[in-house]
Amino acid sequence: MEKSELEAIADKERRARKPVCVSCCTAAGCLSANGGEVLEGLRAAVPADGADERIEVRAVGCMKLCSRGPLVRTQGPAGGTEKPPDEILYERVAPADTGALIRAAVNNVRAEHPAIDLSQPFFTRQKPIVLENCGRIEPERIESYIEANGYRALHLALREKAPAEVVKEITRSGLRGRGGAGFPAGVKWALVAKSPSERKYVVCNADEGDPGAFMDRSILESDPHRVLEGMAIAAYAVGASQGYIYIRGEYPLAINRLQSAIRTARRLGLLGGRIFDSPFDFNVDLRIGAGAFVCGEETALMASIEGKRGSPSPRPPYPAEHGLWGHSTLINNVETLANVAPILLHGADWFASVGTEKSKGTKVFALAGKIANTGLIEVPMGISLREIVEDIGGGIPGGRVKAVQTGGPSGGCIPAEHLDTPVDYESLASLGSIMGSGGMIVMDESNNMVDVARFFMEFCMDESCGKCIPCRAGTVQMHGLLKKICDGEATADDLALLENLCDMVKHTSLCGLGQTSPNPVLSTLRFFRHEYENLLVAEAIGT
Amino acid sequence: MSTQDPAAAPAARRPRIATVWLAGCSGCHMSFLDLDEWLFELSKLADVVYSPVADVKEYPENVDAVLVEGAVANVDNLELIRKVRARTGAVIAFGDCAITGNVTALRNRFVTPEELLRHAYVEEADFQPQVPGDRPLVPELLPKVLPVHQVVKVDAFLHGCPPPPHEIRSLLETLLGTPGEGAAAKMGKEENGEPKT
Amino acid sequence: MKVTTLKINGQLVSASPGATVLEAARENGVEIPTLCELEGISNVGACRLCLVEIAGSPRLQPACVTEAAEEMEVQTDTERLKRYRRMTLELLFAERNHVCPVCVANGHCELQNRARENGMDHVRFPYQHPDLPVDITHDRFGVDHNRCILCTRCVRVCDEVEGAHTWDLSGRGTQSIVITDLNQPWGEADTCTTCGKCVEACPTGAIFRKGSTVCEMEHRRDRIRFITDARKKQEWNP
Repeated sequence: MEKSELEAIADKERRARKPVCVSCCTAAGCLSANGGEVLEGLRAAVPADGADERIEVRAVGCMKLCSRGPLVRTQGPAGGTEKPPDEILYERVAPADTGALIRAAVNNVRAEHPAIDLSQPFFTRQKPIVLENCGRIEPERIESYIEANGYRALHLALREKAPAEVVKEITRSGLRGRGGAGFPAGVKWALVAKSPSERKYVVCNADEGDPGAFMDRSILESDPHRVLEGMAIAAYAVGASQGYIYIRGEYPLAINRLQSAIRTARRLGLLGGRIFDSPFDFNVDLRIGAGAFVCGEETALMASIEGKRGSPSPRPPYPAEHGLWGHSTLINNVETLANVAPILLHGADWFASVGTEKSKGTKVFALAGKIANTGLIEVPMGISLREIVEDIGGGIPGGRVKAVQTGGPSGGCIPAEHLDTPVDYESLASLGSIMGSGGMIVMDESNNMVDVARFFMEFCMDESCGKCIPCRAGTVQMHGLLKKICDGEATADDLALLENLCDMVKHTSLCGLGQTSPNPVLSTLRFFRHEYENLLVAEAIGT
Repeated sequence: MSTQDPAAAPAARRPRIATVWLAGCSGCHMSFLDLDEWLFELSKLADVVYSPVADVKEYPENVDAVLVEGAVANVDNLELIRKVRARTGAVIAFGDCAITGNVTALRNRFVTPEELLRHAYVEEADFQPQVPGDRPLVPELLPKVLPVHQVVKVDAFLHGCPPPPHEIRSLLETLLGTPGEGAAAKMGKEENGEPKT
Repeated sequence: MKVTTLKINGQLVSASPGATVLEAARENGVEIPTLCELEGISNVGACRLCLVEIAGSPRLQPACVTEAAEEMEVQTDTERLKRYRRMTLELLFAERNHVCPVCVANGHCELQNRARENGMDHVRFPYQHPDLPVDITHDRFGVDHNRCILCTRCVRVCDEVEGAHTWDLSGRGTQSIVITDLNQPWGEADTCTTCGKCVEACPTGAIFRKGSTVCEMEHRRDRIRFITDARKKQEWNP
C-alpha cells in the first residue's frame, strides 16, 4: 500500500457518491429499536426508475440523539431547486415510514415526519474530534473511512516520523487516559517505548462496563478503523508488533464490526507485515471478555487475555514494565486511542488548544437518566456540568436537577449547587467524584440518594472478583448496611459503622474496583447526609 | 440510684452480680460451676442475685455485672436480655454463643423458623412427623439467632466454648477487685482503642 | 554481601537484597500479620493483613509483595493499620460459618490466631450464614467450604509445588469457591495425587484430614517447606 493508493480509494469513493444521501443509524441503540428493518425498508424504497442513480442509502454509525431513534438523516443535493435544509434528521422512524422519507428525499422536499432540530444546543455545542466520523461514515466499509482521511495519520507516522517523535507529539498534546484515571498518555507511551523488553504489546481496553455508559461501544460500532489506526500508531511509537482489543462479550455488534475492520485492513495491507512498505509489522487480535466488570482493571484484563482467571494483581509492577506474559505492555482505552489519529494529523498544538490547562481535548459522555436528550455527546474539557445538563441535555422535563452522577460505580454524585463546576479531571475529583470513562447520569428530586448509593454498591458487590477480603466481604456488608438504612431499620451506630467500613475498604482493597467502591456512598454522604439521617431510627427494631 | 453508675452506690454495698442463660447449652455455666471451692470465695466477695443455679424468678434491679451465656434465639431471650441491659451496669458476653451465635446460630442458614421447624420435626423425623403446635408453651423463635451485642450494648467479651474456669475467675476478680472504683463502669469504656459501635 | 538498609517502625534494619518488606521485617524480628502468605509459594497480596505504611507512598502497600528499598521508612503497627486489620478479620468471620468449637483446627487455626493477636473479640457486622457444602468424597481428605477464607494457598501449593493444579477458584465475589478439577467432587478429581499439601497449607480447618476430630488437626507446614527449601536452596535435610 502506498499513499497514492490510499488517495485512489478515497477518490473512487468520492466519485461514487450520489447527490442525495439517506443515512440510517446502525449502531446498537437504533438497531434495538428496529433500525435494521428501517434500513432494509429504505433500501427497498429506492425506486429503480433512474432515481436510484441520484440517491444512495448508507448504513452509518451513531447519530447521537439515541433516545429519539431510529434516526434517519437525509442530505439533499447541494443547491437543490427547492432549497430544503441540507440536512434533515428524522426521529423515531418506523419501517412503514421509509417509503415516504425516500420519496421526499428524491423530490428534495421535507417529509411529513417529525424531524429533530439540528440547530439545538445538543448538536451545536458539541465539539466532535473522537466522534467526527461517527454517524457520517459507514463503519462496515473501510473505503468510507479512507475517504474521511482514514489511515493518513498512520502513513504520516510510519513514513515521516521516528517513533520517538510520535511519542513526543502525544506527550505535547496533553492527552490523558480516557478510561477514567486520566494518566497522561504520553508518559505511559514513553515508559513502554523506553522499556528494554524484547517483545511489547499494545492493548485496547474496550471492556466498558459502567452502568449507563456506552461511549466506547458507540465509537467501535461507528468508527472501528479509527481505533485500529490509533493502535497501530501507538504500536509503532512504542515498538510493539502485536495488539489485542479486549472487548466485552455483551457487545456483539462492536465485535462483529471490529472483526470485519481488522480483516479488511489486513487485506489492504494497513495491518499485517510491512505496513506502507515500512519495516513496521502490526497485527491485532480480539479477546472477548466473559462479562466481568473487573476485567476492565488492567492487571485483571491482562490475566484474562493470557487465559487466566480475570482477577487483578498488586501494582507495581505496572504493565509498562511487566505486562502481558511478562513483557512491556501499553494499555489504553478506546477513546484515548481514537484521539491519536487526529492529534498526528492536525498536530499537538491544535489538540492542546481545546480544553483546559490540565485537561486537553474533548470528552465523550453517554448522557442518561432523567434528562430530555439521552445520547452520546462530545464536549470540550472545561465545559460546565450546567451546560451539559441544561443546554445540551435539555434539562429535566418538568423537574429539577438534583445531582449528576459521573464515573459510574467508582464515581460520585455531584449536587445541583455545583453544576457550574468545569468538567475536567481535577475539578470533578475535588468534588469527590471522578471524570470516569464517560457515564453521566442525571437525577431529579425523585431519586433518593441513599438508594442510588445502594444501587451502585450492589453493582460493586456483584462485580467484585473475590480476591481481596475488603472488596469481597466489605461490599457485601456495605450493601447490607445501605439496605438497612433504606429500609428504615438502621441506627446512628449503623451509619457510623458504614463510614468506618467505607474508609477501610477504600484504603485496603487490592485494585481500583474495591478502592473506589465506597465512592458513591462517600460522595452522597458528603452532599446528602441529611437523606441518610432522615432514614435512621433511634433504636434498633425488629430483632 | 442510677443502675448505670455503680460508683454512685453507697460504699458499703456489696457488689451484686448475676449470670443469665439464654440460648446455649449451659456449658458456660458448667464451666462457671467448675470454679468449685472458689465459688465460696466469690460468695464472700459479692452477692449472686440472679442465676440459673439460684432460684430467683425475676431479674432484679441494680445489678452491677452480669455474665450472659447463650445467643438471642427466641422472644423470651429477647425480653430477658433487654431487661438485663436496662438493669445492669456491665453486661459481659459469656462464651462463644453469646459472642458469635456459635452452634446455636447454625440454624440461621434456614430462611425462616418455620422452614427450620419443618426440617427438624417433619423432614428429619423418624416417627410421628409433626411440627409442635402449642406455640404458647414454647417461646416463639426469632427469624435469626443473634449474638448478644447485636441486640444490646455489650461491655466485655469472654471467649471460649466454654470459657475455661480460670479465665472466668480472673475476669470476676478483675471486676470485683476494685469494687469501690466501679469496676463495672470501667468495663464499659472503650476497648481496643476503638469506640464501640 | 550487599544489603538494603531501611527503617521499620523507626528502627534501622538491614535486609537481604531483593527481600520483600515482610521478609525484611521477619529477618529483624518484627511480626506482620499474614493469612494468604505461605513460605515457599508465590505471594498474591490478597488478604490485606500485611498492609504497611510506607513514608511517601499515598497508598498502603502489602508487605508480602513490596520489595524493601534503600532508605524506605515502614510503619507496620500504627493504630490505623490495627483498626483495618481488626475489621478485615471481622469481615472474614462474618462471611462464612466459622464455628470454632466444632472445628478440627480449633487451637491450630491461623484465622483464630490472627483474631486473638489483633484483639478482634467480636464481630460488629451481621453474620452472613451462607449455605455451603462439605465435600468428603475423597478417601483421605475433606473440604468444608464453611471454613474457607479463599486465601488460595491450596490453589498455589497444588499448582506450584505439587504441579497438579487440582485446585482452582470458581465463581466470583463472595460467591467464589475453591473447586477441584472442573468442579467435580474431590474424590473424582483425576489430577489429585493425594499428596496432602493443600491440607498442610490450609490456614483454617477448611481442608482437613478425615478422621481428625475437634481441635485435633495440626498443619504440618514443614512438609511443604522441606520440598520448597530443597528446590530453592538445595537444602535436603529438614
